[in-house]
Amino acid sequence: MAETPREIINEGLWRNNTALVQLLGLCPLLAVSGTVINALGLGLATTLVLGGSNVTVSLVRNLVRPELRIPTFVLIIACFVTAVELLMKAFVYDLYLILGIFIPLIVTNCVIIARAESFASKHNVGRSLLDGLSMGAGFTLVLVVLGGMREAIGHGTLLAQAELMFGAGSEWLTVTLVDDYRGYLLAILPPGAFIGLGLLIALKNVIDRRSAERAAKRQRAPLGTAGEAAGSS
Amino acid sequence: MLRQYMTRSAVILGLFALVGGGLVAYIHQLTHPYIEASERAYMLRSLHAVIPPETHDNDIFRDMITVRDPELLGTDKPVPVFRARRQGKPVAVAIMSVAPDGYVGPIRLLVGIRVDGTVSGVRVLSHKETPGLGDGIDERRSDWILGFTGRSLGNPERKGWYVQRDGGVFDQFTGATITPRAVVKAVYNTLKYYQRHRQRLFEEKSIVAPAGDGDA
Repeated sequence: MAETPREIINEGLWRNNTALVQLLGLCPLLAVSGTVINALGLGLATTLVLGGSNVTVSLVRNLVRPELRIPTFVLIIACFVTAVELLMKAFVYDLYLILGIFIPLIVTNCVIIARAESFASKHNVGRSLLDGLSMGAGFTLVLVVLGGMREAIGHGTLLAQAELMFGAGSEWLTVTLVDDYRGYLLAILPPGAFIGLGLLIALKNVIDRRSAERAAKRQRAPLGTAGEAAGSS
Repeated sequence: MLRQYMTRSAVILGLFALVGGGLVAYIHQLTHPYIEASERAYMLRSLHAVIPPETHDNDIFRDMITVRDPELLGTDKPVPVFRARRQGKPVAVAIMSVAPDGYVGPIRLLVGIRVDGTVSGVRVLSHKETPGLGDGIDERRSDWILGFTGRSLGNPERKGWYVQRDGGVFDQFTGATITPRAVVKAVYNTLKYYQRHRQRLFEEKSIVAPAGDGDA
């Protein structure tokens, strides 16, 4: 189990990434990753809930009887999700309309209750907060990369409708990659999301294998190159 | 022993529920004015897309009634009708009718009709139609919906109020006929409803209290 802050961050962002390794929370991931802004919106909302619920679960971890922990965790998560939903409705109304039902569905995102159960209920507040934010950041990262891929191939733009999130005057953020792009429909529909996610998981596995091979090669290097051997992580 | 255990568990869970519910209620209270303002701004944007703001001088958002006509307005729920006036005289109405036979489900519309019975604008408020196919009715996807502006019950004549495939004047989309067909039919029915009830639509008293009655 990860203990040091550095390990916790690494776990959340890469080694135990919710979307690429644990494969949790795929329903919102696939449904909302159509554009970068939508992906960013839901990713940040989920991260907020993750952080808040992890902290709260950690705070009450000694008050909750083991038999009651599931209903209690769900209660806590539901309260946070409702709070986030209200805040989004108040301050980013148009984005709230587009994300629609997927904001309240954050309650059912398995990542959140998984982290509450397997980490926050066993660690102190500081570590739990870090874990929640790291897992959320890893989730958001995958969401945004997938969103970028799907938006670029499906619409030919990046960060379209940036003003939904960053307010009026941020339209300049939108990048149009191809003018008058008719759009590749498969990327916008769910099958495209599945294929895109599969490619990302494959890519991560390739990167992991390459860096493992490189580490093994460095281990076998002659002792004369001591600096190299010491440099592997 | 078991009863004491159960009671204690129930109390603990109940306390969590109370605290959680209390916090949520508090945030609800805090955000309520912002949410109202956002919803109102959104509605106003749609209204101004179908009835240009410079043509009226009343608070169109508050000059509203609801009507019911399942056959012509596409839903048995009450349908909001917003009235636009200039110096007290009727200028236009915006009717939130529904096209019930979309490909995936009902399509909510906002139809703006001037006093003389011509369409001042139509917008799709919400729909679930297929992206890339039926979603051409959305103004953000294509200009198709602008083709209703200026039309009326006489322009085109009755047999022209269909998609081209059915002998009418309105475009259908390649690969998606059902969606535009549903919208054309709904706009036509809304115009018919207006023709039948136009007097009443303007004369009935607004169900919304005018601003300044104790709210921000």
